[in-house]
Amino acid sequence: MSVSKATIRITVNGDPVEVAFAPHKTLLEVLREDLGLTGTKHGCELGECGTCTVLLDGTPVLSCLELGVACEGRRVDTVEGMARGPALHPLQRAFAELGAAQCGYCTPGFLLTAQALLEQHPKPTRQQIKEALAGNLCRCTGYLKIYQAVELAAAWLRGEDERPGEEALYGRR
Amino acid sequence: MAGGKDGQAGLRVVGRAHRKIDAVAKVTGQTRFADDLSLPRMLYCKLLRSPHPHARIVRVDTTKAAALEGVVATLTGRDLPTPFGILPVSQDEHALAPDRVRYVGDPVAAVAATSEETATAALELVEVEYERLAPITSAEQAIATAEPRIHDYADRGNLHKLIDLEFGDVEQGFAEADLVREDVFFYEGNTHLPMEQHAALADWSPDGKLTLWSSTQTPHYVHKALAKVLELPAARIRVIACPNGGGFGGKSDPFNHEVVVAKLAMLTGRPVKITLTREEVFYCHRGRHPVLMSVKTGVTRDGAITGMHFKSLLDGGGYGSYGVASTYYTGALQTVTYQVPRYKFQGARAFTNKPPCGPKRGHGTPQPRFALEVQLDKLAEQLDIDPAEIRLRHLVPPYTLTANYLRVGSMGLGPCIQKVLEGSGWHERFRKLPYGHGIGLACSSYISGAGLPIYWNSMPHSGVQLKLDRSGGVTVFCGSTEIGQGSDSVLADVTAEVLGLDPGDIRVVTADTDLTPVDLGSYSSRVTLMTGNAALQAAERAREILAEHAADKLGIPAQNVAFADARVFDIADPERGMTFAEAVQTAEAAVGTVGTVGSYAPPRSAGRYRGAGVGPSPAYSYSAAVAEVEVDPESGIVVVPRVWIAHDVGQCINPAAVVGQVEGSIYMGLGEALMEEMAYREDRNVVHKIPSLLEYKSPTTLEMCDVVTYLIEDPDPNGPFGAKEVGQGPLLPVPPAVANAVYDAVGVRIDEVPITPEKVLRAIKRRGKGEAGRVGPDSFPDIPWPEPIRVPPPWEGGDGKAVSGEPARPVEMRTRRGDQG
Repeated sequence: MSVSKATIRITVNGDPVEVAFAPHKTLLEVLREDLGLTGTKHGCELGECGTCTVLLDGTPVLSCLELGVACEGRRVDTVEGMARGPALHPLQRAFAELGAAQCGYCTPGFLLTAQALLEQHPKPTRQQIKEALAGNLCRCTGYLKIYQAVELAAAWLRGEDERPGEEALYGRR
Repeated sequence: MAGGKDGQAGLRVVGRAHRKIDAVAKVTGQTRFADDLSLPRMLYCKLLRSPHPHARIVRVDTTKAAALEGVVATLTGRDLPTPFGILPVSQDEHALAPDRVRYVGDPVAAVAATSEETATAALELVEVEYERLAPITSAEQAIATAEPRIHDYADRGNLHKLIDLEFGDVEQGFAEADLVREDVFFYEGNTHLPMEQHAALADWSPDGKLTLWSSTQTPHYVHKALAKVLELPAARIRVIACPNGGGFGGKSDPFNHEVVVAKLAMLTGRPVKITLTREEVFYCHRGRHPVLMSVKTGVTRDGAITGMHFKSLLDGGGYGSYGVASTYYTGALQTVTYQVPRYKFQGARAFTNKPPCGPKRGHGTPQPRFALEVQLDKLAEQLDIDPAEIRLRHLVPPYTLTANYLRVGSMGLGPCIQKVLEGSGWHERFRKLPYGHGIGLACSSYISGAGLPIYWNSMPHSGVQLKLDRSGGVTVFCGSTEIGQGSDSVLADVTAEVLGLDPGDIRVVTADTDLTPVDLGSYSSRVTLMTGNAALQAAERAREILAEHAADKLGIPAQNVAFADARVFDIADPERGMTFAEAVQTAEAAVGTVGTVGSYAPPRSAGRYRGAGVGPSPAYSYSAAVAEVEVDPESGIVVVPRVWIAHDVGQCINPAAVVGQVEGSIYMGLGEALMEEMAYREDRNVVHKIPSLLEYKSPTTLEMCDVVTYLIEDPDPNGPFGAKEVGQGPLLPVPPAVANAVYDAVGVRIDEVPITPEKVLRAIKRRGKGEAGRVGPDSFPDIPWPEPIRVPPPWEGGDGKAVSGEPARPVEMRTRRGDQG
């Protein structure tokens, strides 16, 4: 069952990487199995749930549907590369503060999809957030804290001194 | 009691919103789920699953598969002959079917190979000869078909479990009623759909020790099942539950694949991993039972219930799983919200040739709650009483015993109802909105942990060890399992509160049978209450030790020693004191290494009859919800713009996490109300129609409603700081609230979930033709019920024991059997 390996050069989270793998492998498999970047998760491996979302040249893609060999020369960003040095990315911080990650399994996919959204729309409406995240399934949160976290992070990224909403933390009085 | 930010007097952690201790790992991708693990020389396992719903296995031959290059080992049912199952009364599963398959997807053979591709290719080479048997496709068919039996054990034919419990004379109750209604309801089965597919990794050491990492909610029960099936001493088996990427009850059974990889690791001496495909996750199932229900209720003119007779028929699928407990649960909690003076419950679970059903969020209680709350809406309308009023008038009083001997403690349902009425503008809107718009109310209650363990024993349900390091570091060890609900954080929060630390200062080691004391697992909403209490006891003992020796050093009485801000000091003179680390060093110098233990066992149940094991809990949570709907009468599409929910959680440990659990429950309830269903092609194949995330409809961001959450805090003396459950209860009122709102909007009753556009349209058309505007089941079948077990309720002089209907056996055995979940 051995096949000769394909080799590609890609930029992963800013680092130039050369990686060899069986040519039928998806980007998801290359990241998880050949590069040890298990932060990218999978929920179906059929392109149905958005869990495996990564950024390919800045655009969210389902890494389970992307062949590794098709990524030659391209830039891949995963959750492992989101933090800004020792500090969390504002989206990561907002997700943590609000409890927008419960089991955390779908979280990397949501974070990267949201990151791409905020690069396009620094001040997205709630409806824009819903539409951007409509391809990512989450079974824990009911999405509400995720919207709030995206809005909070957007404010931080715009340089505003926003705080988590009282109702998000304590319910309505 | 004032809730939220200002909190209970003197509390510094509990009641204040803060980051969960695992939040950073989860947002950075550092949390290691089971499939993220790999070991050197690891093999990959694949299971061959039955293509037939019901068949005898004539022959299995793995010779050709074993000969394929890269295949290291194969297994069949002969290699693992010992049965297992989660309940002691239903040890009916095999890791690989030895002689019979009972649903499409039942595992028959296993392969371990050097790559996943090779293992998959090898499955094609396994030869299996089946002799097909007639499948049983529905619970009704199971009643009618005693032979052939799907299992050779069952209460009767293919009826796995039959229950008949009587608490007082319901016929007398109906005779005293001004109005008696009988309604039939159906709640379709649905599945957990955790985003993480189940995965397990086993490693065998030549010194005779086995380690299993798995996405399981119940490592302790997996530990027991492995010891039994593998015939290894349990002390040589280590089970580590990785953080679960969502569970919702779907990872609570010991599973075939866990046993198989363990056996393969033992045979090959190499690590073996399996990750189920999404399709296989649908076959594992253990999800919500489809339940047909009949409920007959008598009420007086003012809405007081005089008697209730509840019947349920569960489609259990091919194996027992938690089904006996699920069946009892469809009859257990009817009595804890509104006063029911006389109550009769008859429940039946059928074996059918479908993937086994089990516990899903709310375990066996969302179905009866749907029936109860929709019928109450109908009763209120007939009596011309507001649906909120009929509920508020007849609430179960706090600190009382119900007809079936459940001990209700704190009971905040009244304030919950008031909150959602105010928030939703109920009195201005109910029955007053334009056609197509409606609001509906429903309430519910849920257990904060089951009163009894799954297997009979008198040991604690949860244990905690606390290690205090001279650095000032504190580590909490507990067998509890983090599934996203925040159980790790509860341990840190409670410990931090007692020791005057910040939760971020605490390290937590959980769910590892080698390192952590037993906790029974993340099911039945038990963790906050039970591990919280165990942690509380351990932390208070540690505080006592530290206080004693700090007091000596400060020359003050021990009761004057205070703990806050990582300092230990004189409460009369806060400047006089020491750091927490110095306090540990002082104690360590005096008495040696500082560590404590804590544990928790629930109070003894009041019921002493057979079946009394299901329903008792240290504390009951309460929820009230108002759903708003928009129904398009042309398409039948129901949109839910908003749900107002109030939940009595006793006391928030971390309010932000509580709000998250409430919102997640509403989401899952909304999916069940409107779209989620396990659908089968019910011909001879009984194949799951839709085993994929695309075809199994679940709410996306575009369907999810807004949620307005009110947290009600009615502390329960049995909860740590008064805390009760929140992870499951708030799901329960959603489906009936939506159904009641649909009636308010367009005047039709959809007496079954999911409430699909097709059903709404059908009901509207019927109404237009002058027929009853209703879609739902018409009748409940005749079932050969056993002799009822008669237990007089407390107000009729009962003492919790049966007066007739029970075989003569010692009471201890009867009430403490493994009928639990």
